[in-house]
Amino acid sequence: MQHKNVLEYLEATAGRVPDKVAFAGDDCELTFAQLHEQSRAVGSSLLKEGISGEPVVVFMSKSPVETAAFFGCIYAGCSYVPIDPEMPRFRTELIFKKLSPRAVICRKDELSELESYDYDGKILCYEDMTGGGIDDEALGDIRRRQIDTDPIYIMYTSGSTGVPKGVIACHRSVIDYIEKLSKVLGITQDTVFANQTPLYFDASMKEVYPTIMFGATTYLVPKQLFMFPLKLIEYLNEHKVNTICWVVSALVIVSSLGALKSAKPEYLKTVAFGGEVFPVKQFGRWKEALPEAEFFNLYGPTEITGVCCYYRVDREFEKGDTIPVGKAFDNTEVFLLTDDNKRAQQGEVGEICVRGTSVTLGYYNDFERTSEAFVQNPLNDKYPEIIYRTGDLGKLNEHGDIVFVSRRDHQIKHMGHRIELGEIEVNVGMLSGVAMCACLYNKQKDKIELFYTGDTEQAQLLAVLKEKLPRYMLPNRIQRLEKMPLTVNGKIDRVYLQGEIDKVK
Amino acid sequence: MEEILEILSELHPDVDFENEEGLVDRRIIDSLDIVTLVSEIDDRLDVTIPAEEIIPENFNSAKALSELVRRLDEE
Repeated sequence: MQHKNVLEYLEATAGRVPDKVAFAGDDCELTFAQLHEQSRAVGSSLLKEGISGEPVVVFMSKSPVETAAFFGCIYAGCSYVPIDPEMPRFRTELIFKKLSPRAVICRKDELSELESYDYDGKILCYEDMTGGGIDDEALGDIRRRQIDTDPIYIMYTSGSTGVPKGVIACHRSVIDYIEKLSKVLGITQDTVFANQTPLYFDASMKEVYPTIMFGATTYLVPKQLFMFPLKLIEYLNEHKVNTICWVVSALVIVSSLGALKSAKPEYLKTVAFGGEVFPVKQFGRWKEALPEAEFFNLYGPTEITGVCCYYRVDREFEKGDTIPVGKAFDNTEVFLLTDDNKRAQQGEVGEICVRGTSVTLGYYNDFERTSEAFVQNPLNDKYPEIIYRTGDLGKLNEHGDIVFVSRRDHQIKHMGHRIELGEIEVNVGMLSGVAMCACLYNKQKDKIELFYTGDTEQAQLLAVLKEKLPRYMLPNRIQRLEKMPLTVNGKIDRVYLQGEIDKVK
Repeated sequence: MEEILEILSELHPDVDFENEEGLVDRRIIDSLDIVTLVSEIDDRLDVTIPAEEIIPENFNSAKALSELVRRLDEE
C-alpha cells in the first residue's frame, strides 16, 4: 500500500501491537497505544486552540513524550520544531525570532525555563493537552485535507551568517527516506534501537520513524552514560539493544577508552555510523569486538531529509584509508558536479549533489538561502527540477563508490555535526572586548581553534560563548594574539594561521 | 594534583576546579572531556586509566581524579 502520511504507520502499528513499548527513557515509557492516544490528544488540543497548518515549537528535554508531541503536531496539520532547553539560549532566541511561532508545547516542569524567553504566544502544557480528550471529528477533518507534500517538521542547522537555517521537510520525503533506510539496515518488529542523538537533529529520525513503521522499540539513552562506556555497554545489554545508528564520535568514545576490551554489547547486530569520517583504527576495534555485526557508513545532510548514501563495510581498510560513503539509496540519485557543472569522471573531484523525493522543501522563512543551495539541476535546461548542492566534495573510487573528500567552504564536520566556522566567528565577533577573530579547524586533532585579539580573557570569552553556541561548536582551543596576521589585502591571513596549527604536532 | 588541575583548566578555563566537587553530577564535564582527560593523563603523566575506572566517583572532582591517578601510578 502506498502511504501518504507518516501517521498511517503509527495507526497501523498501534492496532497491531498496542501494548508493545515504542519509546522508553529514564523518565517514562510509552506503548504504541499510549503514543497513539497521546498524539491524538495533543493534536486535538492544538486544533481546539485554533492552531493548524503552521510551525509549533516542542520545547522539551529528550523523553518518550516528546515523540508524542511531535506526532500530535502532525495530527493538527502542523510542523513540529524541536527545541531542547539544553540548547544555548542565544540560539533558541534566534530560532524563536525567525520562526515567530504562535504556539509552544512544553512540560510543566520546564515551564519556568520557557517563560524566561522573550515569547508572548500561546504556551500549551503537555499534561493539560493529553488530559483534554480526543476530538476524532476535528482530526478526521484535518486528515482528509492533508497531502503528502505538507511539511511535518522544521529542524535547525548551522548557518554561516550566524543565523541557524530551519530545514523544512514533508511526509513524502520522510516516508521515502525511512522506507529505503529501513530496508538497507534490515529493520523489523524485532529491532531494538538505542538512540544517541538529540531529537532536535534529523539523525534521530533513524530511530523515531522506523520504530512507528515497524513496531520496533527505541530506548533513549541517558546522555550521561556516554561518559562512562562500561555503564553504557551494560545498558545496551540490559535492554538487548541490537541496532544502533550513532555519530562516529559516540562510537569512538567507547572504543578509545578501551571499553570494548572488557565488555561487549552482546546483542548488537547492526551498527550504523555517520556524521563524520570513522578513523580506521577505532573502526577496527569495533569490528574486532563484534565480528558478526554488520557495519554501515551513512552519509547525508539534513537538507535531503536524513541520509542519501550508504556503504556496507565489506572489506578490510588500512590505516590512512577512508571508508567510502558509498552509493545512493534506491529512488535517490547522488551525483558529482565539477566547477563547470559537468558530471565528474571517475577519480575526479566534484560537488556531491542530490536529486529525488528526499530533497526537502528548503529553509523556512528564508527564500534567499534556499535558492542558493536548492537549485535548478544544471544538467537539465528543459523543465524545472530542483536538486540540492551539499557543498561537500567527493569522488568516485574504482568500485563506483563515492568517497568524501572535503568541504567546499568554511564548513567542517566535527563531533557528528556540520558546523559553519563563520557562525562561531560571528558570535565571537559580537562580544565586546574582541577586536578580531578567526576560527580554524585542526583536522589532524579534530579540534576547533579560535584566534582573537582584544582585551577579553580566554576564560571570560568561553563563558559567554557557552551561552550562545551549542557544546559541539565551542572552540577546543582559544588563543589570544597580540596582533592578528593579515594578508596584503588586509584580510585575516588564514593560510598563515592554518600553517601555525598544522605545525604543532 | 597540580598537573590534573592544569589539564582540567585547559578544558574549562572558567571553572574553579580546586573547589568544585560535582563535575559529573552538575554536568560540568561531558563525554568528550572524559576522552580528552584520559588521553592527556596518559600523554603527560604516563598513567593509563582502564575502562573499569571510568566511573562517576573518580571524575567528580580534581581531588578524586588525582587520587585515582596516584593509585594507578603506584600499582
